[in-house]
Amino acid sequence: MRARFYELARAALDADPRVALVTAEIGTTAIGPHERHFNVGIREQLLIGVAAGLALEGYRPVAHSYAPFLVERPWEMLKLDLGHNALGAVLVSNGASYDAAPEGRTHQAPEDVALVAALPGWTIHVPGHPDELEHLFREALAGDDRVYIRMSEETNHARVDGGGFTVLRHGSASAPLVLAVGPTLAPVLEATAALDATVAYTATVRPFDRDALRAALPATDVVLVEPYQAGTSASEVSAALSDRPHRLLALGVPNAEFRRYGTPDEHRAAHGLDAAGISRSLEAFLPG
Amino acid sequence: MSYDDLPALLTRLTGDEKHDWSALSTLDALWVLYDRVLREGDRFLLSKGHGPQAYYAVLAAKGLLPVELLAGWGSFDSPLGYHPDRVAAPGVEFSSGSLGHGLGVAVGVALAGRRVFCLVGDAELEEGSNWEAVHYAGRARLGSLTILAIDNHSSTHGWPGGIAARFELEGWTSATTGREHDALEHALTAGDGVRPHVAVVEVSR
Repeated sequence: MRARFYELARAALDADPRVALVTAEIGTTAIGPHERHFNVGIREQLLIGVAAGLALEGYRPVAHSYAPFLVERPWEMLKLDLGHNALGAVLVSNGASYDAAPEGRTHQAPEDVALVAALPGWTIHVPGHPDELEHLFREALAGDDRVYIRMSEETNHARVDGGGFTVLRHGSASAPLVLAVGPTLAPVLEATAALDATVAYTATVRPFDRDALRAALPATDVVLVEPYQAGTSASEVSAALSDRPHRLLALGVPNAEFRRYGTPDEHRAAHGLDAAGISRSLEAFLPG
Repeated sequence: MSYDDLPALLTRLTGDEKHDWSALSTLDALWVLYDRVLREGDRFLLSKGHGPQAYYAVLAAKGLLPVELLAGWGSFDSPLGYHPDRVAAPGVEFSSGSLGHGLGVAVGVALAGRRVFCLVGDAELEEGSNWEAVHYAGRARLGSLTILAIDNHSSTHGWPGGIAARFELEGWTSATTGREHDALEHALTAGDGVRPHVAVVEVSR
């Protein structure tokens, strides 16, 4: 997915004089030099400030770095330089959640989506496939708003058209709704293969499509599977169903200091986000 | 309106007729900037959003902000807050208050090729985010960027060796001035247009 982004970023610089790219030593070489590609060095507060200044001048800035350094370190710049100043930018991160498992906690940011979602006016995409990234990135470039695109090394087997809220499989009238976000779709499909369930997918979590969730829910039980901090979109599900009795199980990366290295597969399994872990959670949550 | 009209405008803001307005550290620098230096198409970003009375008064004097808006600043229905908001306040080009944000944005504006001025305070320079911008602007030779660094010695730990020396080491030109207007004008325009420039404005606390 990251390689696709670097191709797309390069092509956008070449094709659209409105696009400007700001990097901080990550992805800089892969995208290559261009008169509107500014590498500010290892200076992530400046990364966002420069993006805001370029937006003030009418450019469509794209800022790229590793998730902890793109979102967490300069978070106040997202809030003020962009949000409070009413300026737009497209922020594209790599290094999702536990992609950098052996690097340790400093290179892991499962909080990224919750942090961006805490700020008003952001659109947040979590593509599960490089083709979805391409569609969502192009759409973001055409706008002038604030967009965060969280890329991941994990991907699904195939793209889901559009990346919006899509029902992939219908269960019975009493079935639970299992909503897979981004790259969790592959294990969700495996875990629900033998289950009476309605399975839906989305690559866009802000704004959250509350109407689509209401329309897709057959009965009362919702299982939300997110590849970042557990519960990040739980408040959205609750708000969507505020007038309907419902039960919600929100799966994701636990909010805890994990202190393990190893591989992404080991982290996924430890967080219960592989097919076996999702199956166990479903079994415990769903009646009889 | 002229410089001599500023006290009356400041009185509208505060209701205080006896105040010694020379205590406002930014007043003369902002006046000279707006009266003699800024040209059509330039940008000015007030990074140090604290104590914006002088800024609002100068904007009003220059017809960029309706004078009627000055009374009631900071009240619920006023577009003028204790820290300025560019979305709400006419004439304001940058929403600030939290220190250390203006310079980075000014670097982005300069990269786009526009002439841009940015005001910071000596205590504000304690924020590390400023130095990310200072380093990069020097290396990128952003000759369209000028900083007004108002030094009223409010930084607790200070700047041994001076503020200007730090910028010069990073490839900036510098000029140091007091609040006399011709000297201010000279310091603000002393850049070579090739390197970024800082005008350090020494004012008493």
